Amino acid sequence: MDRNIVIPGQLLSEKKEMAGPGTYVKDGNIYSLLYGVANFKGRVSVVPFSGKYIPSRKDFIIVKVIDVTPSNWIMETGSPYDGLLHVSEFPKRVDSSEMRKFMDIGDSVVVRVKDVSKAMKVELSMREQGSKVLRQGRIIEVMPAKVPRVIGHGGSMVSILKKESNCDVFVGKNGRIWINGRDNDMDRLTTAIEMIESESHISGLTDKVGIFLRGGPEGTESSDEEQLVDEEVAGVSLEDDDVTEETSRKVDVLLENDPEGTD
Amino acid sequence: MSDKPEKFIDENGLRLDGRRVDEIRPMTVEMGVLSRADGSCYLEWGNNKVLAAVYGPRELHPRRLQRPSEALVRYRYNMAAFSVEDRIRPGPSRRSTEISKVSGEAFEPVVMKQFYPGAVIDVFAEVLQADAGTRTAAINAATLALVDAGIPMKGLVASCAVGKVDGQLVLDLNKPEDNYGDADLPIAMTEDGEITLLQMDGNLTADEIAKGIEMARKGCEQIFAIQKEALLSKFGTTDEEELLKEAELQAEVATSEDETEDVEVVSEVVSEVALEDEDDELKDEVDEDLELQDEGEAFTDDEVEDTSDEAEDLFGEDVSEFEINEGTESEGDSSSEPEGAESDEDEGEKNE
Repeated sequence: MDRNIVIPGQLLSEKKEMAGPGTYVKDGNIYSLLYGVANFKGRVSVVPFSGKYIPSRKDFIIVKVIDVTPSNWIMETGSPYDGLLHVSEFPKRVDSSEMRKFMDIGDSVVVRVKDVSKAMKVELSMREQGSKVLRQGRIIEVMPAKVPRVIGHGGSMVSILKKESNCDVFVGKNGRIWINGRDNDMDRLTTAIEMIESESHISGLTDKVGIFLRGGPEGTESSDEEQLVDEEVAGVSLEDDDVTEETSRKVDVLLENDPEGTD
Repeated sequence: MSDKPEKFIDENGLRLDGRRVDEIRPMTVEMGVLSRADGSCYLEWGNNKVLAAVYGPRELHPRRLQRPSEALVRYRYNMAAFSVEDRIRPGPSRRSTEISKVSGEAFEPVVMKQFYPGAVIDVFAEVLQADAGTRTAAINAATLALVDAGIPMKGLVASCAVGKVDGQLVLDLNKPEDNYGDADLPIAMTEDGEITLLQMDGNLTADEIAKGIEMARKGCEQIFAIQKEALLSKFGTTDEEELLKEAELQAEVATSEDETEDVEVVSEVVSEVALEDEDDELKDEVDEDLELQDEGEAFTDDEVEDTSDEAEDLFGEDVSEFEINEGTESEGDSSSEPEGAESDEDEGEKNE
């Protein structure tokens, strides 16, 4: 088999020189470090099912300003480490007394990770095409491990999302997705992205999302469209209940023995 | 509470609960039970019920606890007030503080702490119902919760106790054996058999300890098997699910390795993209393909030849670049970059 689900400590290969990300070498053999899917094409690597985002160089991420110091904006990155954006990395020349006029606490920004030091000091930059302060739209959070699924192969999923919802979409590597468009469209898109996250294991997802977002023939009356959307939403949430909440419900029941969870 | 039984082992060699001396209690495991935790596990072992949750890696406060070169693993063992017949006082006690410390250290050799300098990985093990051997049950649950949280680990940790009743060594003590037995020896070990926790209550001879460790090793092997089964069954073994996890993986491989511009990698990804195209177009056949791996592979290779140009086009649009374009486009910059076809389409949609 070329790829399969592996668990930490599982023997992957006996060729130690082929060790890739998510693996470690002991006694000349490669073992998995993570719970995820192993890929044996080329170098042996493991991509985890879950896990926190860890900043790495050149990633585009969506961050939030949590503090402004005389020369840096401090950003919350959705990882265990805060990021620093120096004034000189802002596209325009900004006087340090005026930093808050450009970005203040609570603002969300698209930035690129400039560098990550050994001690995990994260330096950010906005001197890149695509970096900007997000003044409108919404931000949705998904699991960082699901980001590749939201982007799709060669961006196929993102382009469907954009095309079918008439929204602007930007997917940050840290699992934050910025969307902008009409409220109706954004609601639909949010549901679609939730669908991608919860059903990322179902085949033909790209088509399914496309059909969902279209919600019937193009150019229908908005009221019709809304109705359709509602139906779809109900369908999706039902499925969700079956798959993901089944397990958490058991504990809930154990803990409180309350029939509310079964609604 | 029951009084001390006259005999722990009957004439047939069976214990009070009908087990043989080298048998562990039945264990059931459920993973991912807490939606707010990064990883979680609910474990029942005999009458023990334990819930483990893992948060992190996350920022560590107070900062003075931070370690510059590695993450801190904080393990908290706690017994719920209702976990035993006589309500126990909630909050940390002398006993639970000690168990927290040694249990946390049981994960020392497996957790790759150096990946997250300055961060903390919080492990909470809550005993909901106690019936002897809660620290071992908590360690078994915590291992799975750590794995569920996606924490890099060199392997699993299992834990199991050995004790002495009626002058005989027995595996995995139950409540009466623990209360009235002669000794209790909880042990945790890694898959390599490296012992990471060893405590003892009561008296054992050196020979008995050596023999006890061997018994615990056998018990831990059974627990590893249970843990592995739980992990491998969580995502099901259906081909479809595997296939799509793979798809996810390929997207990530494509994204991360784009920038290295490695020719070999390119061809690899091309074939993967081809596989995915096939996946989308021939959804029905995919399952069969997977089942017949060899045939599927051959098929894919053929496809690579045909679709390589197309795939390369797709691939050429490095995903991060794609994202930049998203940004510029949304700012009203209509000068479309590499991915002409797609963005044109988008423009068209908008104009309509």
